[in-house]
Amino acid sequence: MIRLPIGDYVERGIDWLTVNLAPFFTGIKEGLSGIINGFDFIFNGIPFFITIAILAVIAWRLAGRGTAIFTVIGLLLIVSMNLWKQTMETLALVVTATLIALLLGLPLGIWMSRSDKANGTIRPILDFMQTMPAFVYLIPAVYFFDLGEVPGAVATVIFAMPPVVRLTSLGIRQVPVDVVEASKAFGATSGQLLWKVQIPMAMPTILAGLNQTILLSLSMVVISAMIGAGGLGNVVLQGITQMKMGQGFEGGLAVVILAMVIDRITQSLGKARKKG
Amino acid sequence: MTKVEIKNLYKIFGATPKKMIPFLQEGETKESVLKKYKHSVGVNDASFAVEEGEIFVVMGLSGSGKSTLIRCLNRLIEPTSGQVMIDGENIVEFDAEKLRAVRRKKIAMVFQNFALLPHRTVAENVAFGLEIQKEDEAVRRKKAVDMLEIVGLKGYENSYPSQLSGGMQQRVGLARALATSPDVLLMDEAFSALDPLIRKGMQNELISLQRRLKKTIIFITHDLDEALKLGDRIAIMKDGVIVQIGTPEEILSNPANEYVRKFVQGVNRSKVLTASSIMRDTDTVITVTGGARLALRQMREAAISSVYVTDKQGRLLGLVTIDDVTQLIREGKDDLSGILEKEICTVGPDVLVEEILPLFLKTKYPVAVVDSENTLLGLIFKVSALAGIVGEGNGND
Repeated sequence: MIRLPIGDYVERGIDWLTVNLAPFFTGIKEGLSGIINGFDFIFNGIPFFITIAILAVIAWRLAGRGTAIFTVIGLLLIVSMNLWKQTMETLALVVTATLIALLLGLPLGIWMSRSDKANGTIRPILDFMQTMPAFVYLIPAVYFFDLGEVPGAVATVIFAMPPVVRLTSLGIRQVPVDVVEASKAFGATSGQLLWKVQIPMAMPTILAGLNQTILLSLSMVVISAMIGAGGLGNVVLQGITQMKMGQGFEGGLAVVILAMVIDRITQSLGKARKKG
Repeated sequence: MTKVEIKNLYKIFGATPKKMIPFLQEGETKESVLKKYKHSVGVNDASFAVEEGEIFVVMGLSGSGKSTLIRCLNRLIEPTSGQVMIDGENIVEFDAEKLRAVRRKKIAMVFQNFALLPHRTVAENVAFGLEIQKEDEAVRRKKAVDMLEIVGLKGYENSYPSQLSGGMQQRVGLARALATSPDVLLMDEAFSALDPLIRKGMQNELISLQRRLKKTIIFITHDLDEALKLGDRIAIMKDGVIVQIGTPEEILSNPANEYVRKFVQGVNRSKVLTASSIMRDTDTVITVTGGARLALRQMREAAISSVYVTDKQGRLLGLVTIDDVTQLIREGKDDLSGILEKEICTVGPDVLVEEILPLFLKTKYPVAVVDSENTLLGLIFKVSALAGIVGEGNGND
């Protein structure tokens, strides 16, 4: 059997990109780092009790009293474990990654829903992005963006974007044919059809995709601590490398709490809309 | 005036639809084209003209191409070939912008499964067409409220479609279609998804609405009873071809072929046929000036025991029986006006046979059909009324 040196090709390709597109990557790096630091500054600038109060009110409004109580207790537990700062760093990274995933994913999803050709091309790429072991993204990310939060955010975006793309496309394609026909029959332009009919009707599905994207990016953020993304991932990683069971558990618990709070709030976002 | 007209309309689905047209013109059918060329024929050379203010029903079973046909009328489906004339303009040639203008202003559509927007209130759904046209919020709201009142849904403005029953949802669909004040309404199996009882109610309501609004309505259905009830004229479709176009009575009395004949077999004709279609000519009628002897001779010749009498202008005066006439002649008199029986049953030409039948319980004489001036148009005998229902001939022979 011939040994195909695919690995070599990829390496050479990445090298070439690193050299020739350096200004491009530097630009992205500066921009991303600005956004992440901005969120970090805000989240860590606000006193923890105010942040907890705000989140509790949002949870109460959207998801009810139970979630609000859980939010308060859970987040206070994080504070008492002395992990608030790292949690907010992680949150900044998740928010940034999610925003970028949405920014790229929504238009991609819309495009996929409207064109079978786009659908056929993008789907395998999404499969690739989702099934490739997440660690693999870390290497080129480091090549392009050095160590730190930025390659962490980039790897997170790649890993977490597919659900929002897929579910946006699915949601739009699931809008009943006759509703689309009715809109056209009343003389709607394709823009009006998209914004007044398809996106509103696909919204619960799109929000389910958003929820998945957020949770995936939270799990990836921990992994990307390996390339110096900081935050809770760092705590867990230290626990593993230094065999500190207690520290690892505390870091992991904080991730779980953050995930559950975000999940409950974003899930109820979809339900609240459905109720109308 | 002709409002909507289609000429030689074809719609064929497949890789090279245009190439199929010559085959169809040479007599290939939907089935043979599918078999030989792997193309699916939706509409095969359809032509008809719909008059302003008319309810034109296209009737056919599933797969007959009726839904494809109606979608060609506003180009939700692009015709393969042929013309769609609305107000004399061929909209098949219109560019996207002109087509949108037609869809916005002239032609609206009601769908089988209502096709409402679940995330919008009833009023917002009704105002959808106006919103698309960028009308002001206040204008939209007012129009929506007005339309909802017309369809009998006053007070439901702020409900959501899911909170309404099927019949009410379709009223919303109808109100939405009426809100843009279109001239033409396309109704695609609009009542087919409703329960039978509600469907009947909606049919009646459409008829009474139409009396007020006078839209040009093209109504698609697979239900013959619905077609006969609503249609001023009906087109019957099979395998993409329009088999027959005619009034409900024409279709029932003169089916164009075996298919239509079989189709109309089970219909309750007494609900469709009217007096004018089963009445006989008035050749056994005499004028009052003819006198008793003429009346007697007429009755003997026709072997009947009574005869209707009119004045010289053909207006119905009454009826004389053979006994009274014989008595009159014995008394040596000739003037019929003294013995005229005036207690007779008369009906207008548009009265349904259903309503005429009970009259025969009250009278032993034929029922006279008269117009609004009391001019005698024809006579209905008990036998011809029954024959009309059973579907034996058309009553004129």
